[in-house]
Amino acid sequence: MTEAKKIKAGSGALNVDASKKAQKTAKIVRLVITYLFLAVMAVIIIFPFYWMIISSLKTIEEYRENVPTLWPRNIVFENFRTAFEKANLIDLFLHTLYVGVVSTVLSLIVTVLSAFAFARLNFKGKGLVFGLLMATMMVPGELYTITNYLTVSGSLPFLSEPISALDITNTFAVLIVPMLVSVYYIYLLRQTFMQIPNELYLAAKVDGTSDFKYLWKVMLPLSVSTVITITILKMMGAWNSYIWPRLVANDDAHKLITNGLRGASFATENGDTNYPAQMAAVFIVSIPLFLVFVFLRKYIMKGVSRSGIKG
Amino acid sequence: MDSKKSNKKAWLYLAPAIILLAIFSFYPLLNTFRMAFLNGYNGMEVVGGEKFTIGIQNFKTVVGNVDFKQYLKNTILLCVITVPISTTLALLIAVALNSIKAVQKVFQTVFFLPYVTNSIAIGMVFNAMFTQVRVGSLVQTYGIINNIIGVFGIEPINFVNSGSTWGANMFVVCFYIVWHALPFKILVLLGGLQNVNKQYYDAAKIDGTSKTRTFFKITVPLVSPMLAYVIITSFIGGFKEYSSIVGIFGETMGPAGSSGQMNTIVGYVYNMLPKSNLGNASAASLILFAIILVVTAINGYVSKKKVHY
Repeated sequence: MTEAKKIKAGSGALNVDASKKAQKTAKIVRLVITYLFLAVMAVIIIFPFYWMIISSLKTIEEYRENVPTLWPRNIVFENFRTAFEKANLIDLFLHTLYVGVVSTVLSLIVTVLSAFAFARLNFKGKGLVFGLLMATMMVPGELYTITNYLTVSGSLPFLSEPISALDITNTFAVLIVPMLVSVYYIYLLRQTFMQIPNELYLAAKVDGTSDFKYLWKVMLPLSVSTVITITILKMMGAWNSYIWPRLVANDDAHKLITNGLRGASFATENGDTNYPAQMAAVFIVSIPLFLVFVFLRKYIMKGVSRSGIKG
Repeated sequence: MDSKKSNKKAWLYLAPAIILLAIFSFYPLLNTFRMAFLNGYNGMEVVGGEKFTIGIQNFKTVVGNVDFKQYLKNTILLCVITVPISTTLALLIAVALNSIKAVQKVFQTVFFLPYVTNSIAIGMVFNAMFTQVRVGSLVQTYGIINNIIGVFGIEPINFVNSGSTWGANMFVVCFYIVWHALPFKILVLLGGLQNVNKQYYDAAKIDGTSKTRTFFKITVPLVSPMLAYVIITSFIGGFKEYSSIVGIFGETMGPAGSSGQMNTIVGYVYNMLPKSNLGNASAASLILFAIILVVTAINGYVSKKKVHY
């Protein structure tokens, strides 16, 4: 340090103190702004849920007041009864549960088997098949939907009449089978399987354990958390699916919950929308998702952070 | 012999997935191209041996269609408006979250909430928040959002009801899409930020680099792979937007009296389906596919130049 600088530093002792103080104030201001920003954003995020809940607890008269109340003056539960009746929610719930459970179980079987083949077995054309599968993730689903719609209604190419025996629209099968394979789940589970050291597999081979037994007894137990992630995403998929069910199975005997919710009429006798009843129905449909959020959030987060695919 | 046996076994394990994919993914892909290039194809071959001619008539019909042009414009605008807004907001939130210690987990939980929702159901809530409640023709309330903006002296706006303008509808749809897109982006970006080596920041601190400069010169480049990833996925998602709009407006895809005002490319495909305009539906879906491929390619090209790995 040169002489001049030393002198400057000495005389600046007070200034250093002042600038430290300024720095501290700046830090506090920054912190306040940060928290304020986060709080405002959090309020915007929560507001629709809050609005849904309080609206579902209001009487229709209170809902229609010129200046809406921010908390219901009289809490009523009658809207929930109206919602159950008007939207036929119990039936919808049972359909969705059935489709969700069956498709999750079948989908897991298919996924586990193929993920195992890709992770552990060696065969000709492995890279090519895997690449082909990965490439399908790029294709928008709408491209498939058009032909699948024809296939499930028995219209095969190069024929002039649909084959009615192949028509499986308005069945549960049509809601399950075309959606069984998800390339993304195969990819996710393959990645998990690959992390299991190969030595375990070779040791099992030496012991004469069959591949299937090894998969069942060693690999699956070690990959439980990915299996749970897939289960949750698949169940949520059934709960939230809308487009395909509306197209192929929108009759009362097979309708799924989201279709029923959007299609239900919540009109009062004069034909105006009964918003509190509608919000009650929305709330009921959201409850299982809230439960998933509260208890199983970390599994979804794990799946999400690895892809942009929504549940 | 042994390798043959293991080949056979592997294919056995793969069989269920491959068979299902062949029927419900690979065949549809090829068939969509076939249908798109058969002029005026309607799903079934003509009785009596007459053939559909091969050509690009379907594409011409779709591109020349007034509705399709409107829906394409809606879709592109949705993407162009929502992607930058939601990405910027998500980045700011992620950086803010990363810089605090107290109640970080609480905020993180709150910001993830919209991810685990049903987009149709919450779309209906957004509709309720923006809608004017009328009894007969009499407006009772202008909706909570109008009450809130009224505090700032803004006149009530007809956001979603009959007679509402395209711009007002667009605002609501974009607002909802941004709201819904935040959790995924925050999650990915926060993950990226937490992996950034703290030494970079310490070095910047010692150098006395300003916070703004640190943000643009250190934070943004270091999370640029995640940024590129969320931007590309949200562009793809944006071009496929459909159910958010169904949530807000219902199947009419627009306010009462102006159905289709907010419709999208995907909506166009589904409009064509039950009417057995399959040639047009296929052509439209291929146009969508082409747009997605182009956007992905541009993104890949730009990120190659800008993204730091």
